[in-house]
Amino acid sequence: MTDATMSLVTAPPPAPPGRRGPIGSALVHAALIAASIAMIYPLLWMISASVRPEDEIFASTSLSPSSVDFSSYLRGWFGLDVSFGRFFWNSLVIAVLTVIGNVVACSLAAYAFARLRFAGRNFWFAIMLGTMMVPYHVTLIPQYVLFLDLGWVNTFLPLVVPKFLASDAFFIFLMVQFFRGIPRELDEAAMMDGCGAWRIYWKIMLPLSLPVLATAAIFSFIWTWDDFFGPLIYLNDMNSYTIQLGLRTFVDSSSTSDWGGLFAMSTLSLVPVFFFFLFFQRLLIEGIATTGMKR
Amino acid sequence: MQDTAVTVGTGAPSRPAAQGRLARIWARHGAGYMFLLPWLIGFFGLTLGPAIASLYLSFTNFDLIRAPEWVGTANYARIATADPKFAAAVKVTFLYVVLSVPFKLAFALLVAILLDRGVRGLTVYRAIFYLPSLLGGSVAIAVLWRQLFAGDGLINSLLARFGIEGPSWISHPDYSIWTLVVLSVWQFGSPMIIFLAGLRQIPTDMYEAASLDGASKFRQFYKITLPLLTPVIFFNAVVQTIDAFKAFTPAFIISGGTGGPINSTLFYTLYLYQEAFGNFRMGYASALAWILVLIIGLFTAFSFLTSRYWVHYDD
Repeated sequence: MTDATMSLVTAPPPAPPGRRGPIGSALVHAALIAASIAMIYPLLWMISASVRPEDEIFASTSLSPSSVDFSSYLRGWFGLDVSFGRFFWNSLVIAVLTVIGNVVACSLAAYAFARLRFAGRNFWFAIMLGTMMVPYHVTLIPQYVLFLDLGWVNTFLPLVVPKFLASDAFFIFLMVQFFRGIPRELDEAAMMDGCGAWRIYWKIMLPLSLPVLATAAIFSFIWTWDDFFGPLIYLNDMNSYTIQLGLRTFVDSSSTSDWGGLFAMSTLSLVPVFFFFLFFQRLLIEGIATTGMKR
Repeated sequence: MQDTAVTVGTGAPSRPAAQGRLARIWARHGAGYMFLLPWLIGFFGLTLGPAIASLYLSFTNFDLIRAPEWVGTANYARIATADPKFAAAVKVTFLYVVLSVPFKLAFALLVAILLDRGVRGLTVYRAIFYLPSLLGGSVAIAVLWRQLFAGDGLINSLLARFGIEGPSWISHPDYSIWTLVVLSVWQFGSPMIIFLAGLRQIPTDMYEAASLDGASKFRQFYKITLPLLTPVIFFNAVVQTIDAFKAFTPAFIISGGTGGPINSTLFYTLYLYQEAFGNFRMGYASALAWILVLIIGLFTAFSFLTSRYWVHYDD
């Protein structure tokens, strides 16, 4: 994610090869607009269903409700034995701790790989890349047994502690790429002034790496917020449920009876991710374009 | 990366002779390992150790309560010969991969090409197409999908306007997999962004030269864009395929955790989950996990081996 690649992604495209005529251009826009509508119609429909009077949800395919009624938000919020406030709080705690763990642990490892010289560095770097390819299913069951023995099941620890051990190797890789782009003269000068590795990391690398740290933090947050499998396995008590587990329980318990409440809570669960989309879209898109992240 | 690295933390070049050998080794390599320590603990404790344990468990019967009981290759033998649910899961998963990945990539490429040629409002379109990708992994979207394709869902309400009476898509074994395919294709935004970045790297003078030579738009696409984009297509195909093999949440939510109707949405990972955390057959589930690794590994090796016949690397 050097300046060159950054501008590659955000700069206006180079002079378009062979501009389309007015008719071609209109056709392209028509196709793109139609596709856009098809893409976001389900989302808009869900939001409008969440504020629709209950009896109207299935009757209507339109996006504007006949009257706006927020009662399904109230119904949904208290729709289970534990309120959705609890689920949101749990998700927030896990996501924030994950962000901290990923940023701290991955940047430490990335700094070692990108800047420090020590025996076996290339070997460990190759191993680290290798761990990115291993499907988590292979480590799933022994990890579960380990956390069960530690008494951690039904706490947030199995979801959070691995992040403080840099288990998301992908972010290490992302940060190594960025750190390598920071001019080496800066740390050499700092070294001349007697700075040790720790101070160079803390005073030079981290402040200069805010874009990549922010990218890692945002993706960490979104992936953790949306994670379903981890909480499904480790959290059994409804008081410790995340928002995703809460929604799943709601689906199973209410089955078709309270779609309004279900859509209201579903809509709310998307709000934090949508917030990041609105305000950090550039970072997200650069992150994907330069590293090929899958989401 | 070796030659350009700097040694940090070694201090002054001349050090007292009294300093021991260990101290010198520490000064030379210690800082690196200090920074690497959290990752190293995680690697041994959470990746390597568990992977070895998982391989061992795959040769045992283990229910979390009693100690693992060695059964040799019995788990693998049962998977290979006597487990119809495994066969169903493999079939469903392959079907899902084969249907969803090509459609998703085709859409991503098509839209990227439309957007690439200096379309006005590029950032708006790109944002709209990317949004489903970002939201799509959540339970909320799977819940929405479950309603959209229900018997009395939105899709059928729309079809009814044209006088078509649609089936209950999610509870019909012939159609249920398609609802998951559509959900996956709907999230074509992130491969699209990668395609857009790839398209930007194709030098425009190539098109100019081709135009001067009288090459048609279609011919330019076929002879310039497509070949030069094959590395990106290859990358997207591998990433999306591996991701599709590992898909879990949508099938779990849409089928209520069962993989039904009649195992028609029994993704491999869902079956693995049922065996491990539903039936507590941890040994058997470990064997399933290693088979998944084998499948993904074979697929990846196959892709890389065949890539040299169609992926264009110009240097």
